[in-house]
Amino acid sequence: MSKVESGYFYTKNHEWIKVEGDRVRVGISDYAQDALSDIVYVELPAPGDHFERDDPMGVVESVKSASDVYSPVAGTVEEVNEALLDSPETVNVEPYGSGWLVLIRSEGPVEDLMDAHAYEAFLETLH
Amino acid sequence: MEYHAARHNVPLLSEANEEQDCCHIVEEPDFDWDLFPSSMRRMEGPPIPSISEPSVARHYTQLSQMNFGVDVGMYPLGSCTMKYNPKVSESLAAHAGIVRLHPREPEAATQGILRILYELQLMLAEIGGVPEVSLQPAAGAHGEFLGMRLVRAYFDDIGEDRNQVLLPDTSHGTNPASAVMSGYEVLEVPSKEGTVDLDALEKAVSDRTAAFMLTNPNTLGLFEHDVLEIARILHDKGALLYYDGANLNAIMGRVRPGDMNYDIVHFNLHKTFATPHGGGGPGSGPVGVTEELAKYLPVPMVAREESVYYLDYDRPDSIGKVRSFVGSTGVLLRAYTYIRLMGGDGLRRAAELSVLNSNYLAHRLKDHYPMPYGSLRKHEFVLSGSSMKDKGLRTLDVAKRLIDHGFHPPTIYFPLLVEEALMIEPTETESRRDLDAFADAMIKIAEEAEANPQLLRDAPMKAPVGRVDEVYGARNPVYCWQDMEKGG
Repeated sequence: MSKVESGYFYTKNHEWIKVEGDRVRVGISDYAQDALSDIVYVELPAPGDHFERDDPMGVVESVKSASDVYSPVAGTVEEVNEALLDSPETVNVEPYGSGWLVLIRSEGPVEDLMDAHAYEAFLETLH
Repeated sequence: MEYHAARHNVPLLSEANEEQDCCHIVEEPDFDWDLFPSSMRRMEGPPIPSISEPSVARHYTQLSQMNFGVDVGMYPLGSCTMKYNPKVSESLAAHAGIVRLHPREPEAATQGILRILYELQLMLAEIGGVPEVSLQPAAGAHGEFLGMRLVRAYFDDIGEDRNQVLLPDTSHGTNPASAVMSGYEVLEVPSKEGTVDLDALEKAVSDRTAAFMLTNPNTLGLFEHDVLEIARILHDKGALLYYDGANLNAIMGRVRPGDMNYDIVHFNLHKTFATPHGGGGPGSGPVGVTEELAKYLPVPMVAREESVYYLDYDRPDSIGKVRSFVGSTGVLLRAYTYIRLMGGDGLRRAAELSVLNSNYLAHRLKDHYPMPYGSLRKHEFVLSGSSMKDKGLRTLDVAKRLIDHGFHPPTIYFPLLVEEALMIEPTETESRRDLDAFADAMIKIAEEAEANPQLLRDAPMKAPVGRVDEVYGARNPVYCWQDMEKGG
């Protein structure tokens, strides 16, 4: 059973966000890293890049496949997790912690996302 | 009989030791080197290993014995159509009249091959249900690229600025790559119960849509039964419909992409028409188009006037060339041979048998592996290895264990919308005995997963190379021998 971290919000594409004031930290869920299996490469946006909600903003690649990561909010990238470029496996080990991908200064409210409870229920529907 | 691959310890030729690995080399005794001007003479030997002929012959024969191809066993790689390649096509392609041809010979001296290529254009046009076919593209993805260039040429010509290409979520990975290579933004259209969701398509299509790339049957082995409605939705908005020919084998001779109202139709000769495949090419990916798009096809086209065949460069609206000369001629000749061998009835029968074989295997396996999206399929079907997760096993382990049972693994982890996918395409060329042997092996592996999961984790054990650390390889890629010598 995949771990779902409480206090985070989730998308149907299995990104998570954690609200930190007017910024949001974005990563992929434990379910996503497990489905992808061993992650071998992470492509991240550059600080300053602007995204609308649901725009593809990065790529997570495993031995199985390459998957786009979509921006769960509209906003501007403030920081990216450069440590992942050298050790992408961190996303597998700590998807909710040091495996975060980007920090975005969001424009407007964070909405239409699932809380941990709703995401757990959503994962149930996938089986 | 238990399978065991040959296992030789074959050093690289560059590791050979001249003193020990060379026997005597016959020197030219009385050759008059002064026949050549000294400025053109090589003063030192070439930097290649000096090894006796038998050593070289053994080197390559041993390597080939460790290889696995469709001449060794079943190769059920989904969406790749690894069918048997008839040997008669090989002998014709090796005929002196073919191999000694030079593409710059005058047309008067190459009427034979021009006729073959001309007739092949017509045959593919008939099979595809389109008026004109270019033989130039050298591979499947190259054909897709040409298709996208034709889309661009068409909209440039009619003065419309369209920047999006749509794809279903079941599409081949090369489709988005080809669209992006041609400068298009890619939008994915979701499937509903395994085929294109018409409502979602309707919403996605706009006056920015240039084309929709659609394989039929799709990569789940399901026929896109709404294809005429799909074509209407695209055409109503002025967009084009592109046929990815990877799965043509399932419907060849039964239904034609042109009759499904596709505008651009691509063929993979190395899949559907039994030309060699899987050894790195060359492939061949001809592209056929509607009347409206024909003027943009690359030059030259092979043409005929009365009884004379010639290369037609006089096509002012052509996008130009996408490959040297006419295409991969040796491959085109093999496809021509195959089509002539099979005839129209034979091609139709091949498609029917490919569907029958696939359904037979699916039926034998459906109680042993989860099989999403129903069980009636075309030429391929998709199972899931997800039921083994509680044993800590993945589809990759099933694939590796199949090697120990003497089979090439099927396509895995594709299509993406099936968790832990195993995509199996037996093709029409496998016998009932081989299909049963494959099904028996898959069932045995499902049993092994229950009784002794370690067997799967350790696989392959009977291959020349054991389990490769794919994660390490992907994280630390070594692209050529020089890199490896430097230590990666």
